[in-house]
Amino acid sequence: MNDLSTLTGWGGTSPSSAHVVRPVDVDALRGQLATAGPRGVIVRGLGRSYGDPAQNAGGTVIDLTDWDAILDVDSRAPAVRVQAGISLDRLLRALLPLGLWLPVVPGTRQVTVGGAIAADVHGKNHHMDGSFGNHVSQLDILLASGDIVSATPEGDNAELFWATVGGMGLTGVVLEATIELKEVETSYFVVDTQRTRNLAELLSALSDGDDDYTYSVAWFDTATTGDALGRAVITRGNTALREELNTAQRGSALRFAASQHGRVPFALPMGLVTRPTARAFNALWYAKAPRHRVGEVQDITQFFHPLDVVGDWNRVYGPHGFCQYQFVVPFSEEAAFTTAVETLAQSGHVSSLNVLKRFGPGNASPMSFPMPGWTLAVDLPVRPGLDTLLSHLDQLVVAAGGRIYLAKDSRAAAATIARMYPRLQEFRATRAHYDPDRIFRSDLSRRLDL
Amino acid sequence: MINALGIPQHLLLLGGTSDIALAIADAYAAKSPGLTVTLAARPGARRDAAAEHLTGKGCVVTAVDFDAVDTATHSTLIEGVTGDIDIAAVAFGLLGDPELAWTDLETARELAAVNYVGAVTTGVALGARIRTQGHGVVVAMSSVAGERPRRSNFVYGSTKAGMDAFYTGLGEALRETGGRVLVVRPGFVRSKMTEGLDDAPLATTPEAVAEAVVNAVRDGKEQIWVPGTMRAVMSGLRHLPRGVFRRLPI
Repeated sequence: MNDLSTLTGWGGTSPSSAHVVRPVDVDALRGQLATAGPRGVIVRGLGRSYGDPAQNAGGTVIDLTDWDAILDVDSRAPAVRVQAGISLDRLLRALLPLGLWLPVVPGTRQVTVGGAIAADVHGKNHHMDGSFGNHVSQLDILLASGDIVSATPEGDNAELFWATVGGMGLTGVVLEATIELKEVETSYFVVDTQRTRNLAELLSALSDGDDDYTYSVAWFDTATTGDALGRAVITRGNTALREELNTAQRGSALRFAASQHGRVPFALPMGLVTRPTARAFNALWYAKAPRHRVGEVQDITQFFHPLDVVGDWNRVYGPHGFCQYQFVVPFSEEAAFTTAVETLAQSGHVSSLNVLKRFGPGNASPMSFPMPGWTLAVDLPVRPGLDTLLSHLDQLVVAAGGRIYLAKDSRAAAATIARMYPRLQEFRATRAHYDPDRIFRSDLSRRLDL
Repeated sequence: MINALGIPQHLLLLGGTSDIALAIADAYAAKSPGLTVTLAARPGARRDAAAEHLTGKGCVVTAVDFDAVDTATHSTLIEGVTGDIDIAAVAFGLLGDPELAWTDLETARELAAVNYVGAVTTGVALGARIRTQGHGVVVAMSSVAGERPRRSNFVYGSTKAGMDAFYTGLGEALRETGGRVLVVRPGFVRSKMTEGLDDAPLATTPEAVAEAVVNAVRDGKEQIWVPGTMRAVMSGLRHLPRGVFRRLPI
């Protein structure tokens, strides 16, 4: 009836085995909840979480990626109602010709709407628009009891709604969601690029100008120490208006420019990302960026998702996999942020994909990651000593009143997470209310005692 | 659960008073605050001392009675361990007097019963547990003595050869179930077990074995030698003609 599969997250670490099922309808899905064993069930989308939230050792993993219908588009609101298994990629391709756009798009489009809600993902526009959950106006949630309830941010079942946003799939199964949309004239972005020579210059540049741009992010060199510690390339932009495009671009104003040029072969015997290659990559990325350039028109892939051009890019890290570490500290904690960056740069662990951004206000979810402050994400191949480095960074982050992102975590300790998420008890209480028998479980929930 | 860097939350030590088992627990205790350790060993002063030592390192320790030769109890014991077993170290064994071991029937039987039969029944129980859990790592303490029997300790060597083959095969059998087996082949380890014996070449320590285990679990390895150079040495020794091997001072 079902297959035993070994699953990992996108980081390729901590494999575990579960029965993977693809229910065909709600009754079959209810049946899975009703017959769940002591190890429970969890829903898995496209598996882009880095760690272990979408795996469930010894239990059942429900794959709902076939539940991907677009149910209704309301172009006046504008809003879209979808089944939660649809990917953001497919949804954006359908919406763009109508002049509509998702209000929050994370670093990859290869995530499901259900996953985007469960991790409360954010994008380059967090400082202006908040995270994904801020734009969801209604959810249909299948509870452990088998009942389907409607939940909204301020009305019915608001507590369930906000525990489900950022709740890592532990409150129930999101079946359908209504998402508010943005209207756009084009699929292009007008982008300003600016290089900064060090961390202080970077933080100051971002603090000054960010609110003039809907989208803002900095790529960050974590390999260089000394005076140039934290040198960066800031790219900021706004959706292009039709009049800002040239004639050729106007012809394809609402075209979805997203191609995939290659894949990484399955069995790389060892990681391509080594200390020297990562250092070289850092230096090149900085050098190739213009010192200052304004008004460049870029398409979706150039601006949003340079990594989506290569499928399975996680394989370049080799067989031991990698850890992504993303933390946020409040705005008053620039000193802690700088110490964290220095610690990373001096550690000998080199990351190539380093993203820094200013977050805006958080939302009402007890488990949502973003809070007003500075966030940095780094990718670190698994090597000796990485556990010590990351535990040290955890301590810095906790002391600064910050937190790390559960969608990316694969190694933190339960006690650390409890200190980073002061509303964890509230989340646990909501979860216990809606799922008293703990039907919904995952390797993440076991590891972090959520 | 074991995390992305191979660090467990719950460690089961079978033969929990052995120097290598305790060194492994020490290594993980330093990386995993509040590590839960289930100490399976015969009751007594040695187990109490081990429990006290690990508690002092910040571990949450539960001691359970385990006797390697009492094979009928092994399944119940493993089933009864509370919580997921992230890493189980199979670290019990006897060295025995090598001359008695091949001349005295009772000594020979005991070595075989503890080192091989006990290891197999424990392994069967661990295999069942891992299939239920969907994850888990077994660290099986084998020995280079099992790779090529030598005149000086071939009974011990034969038991390790048997347990090594069993756990190597168990690793294959558990591949699809989320489980993994790491077979560890140390050379001569200076420990309680070898007290009073002269060091062999490439002699190592329980701490070095533990460090190698921590690294190998993190990297998903299935078989290691400690020290690492022992792999090449044993590869050479395995292929020596018998007449030459016999004359080596080992």
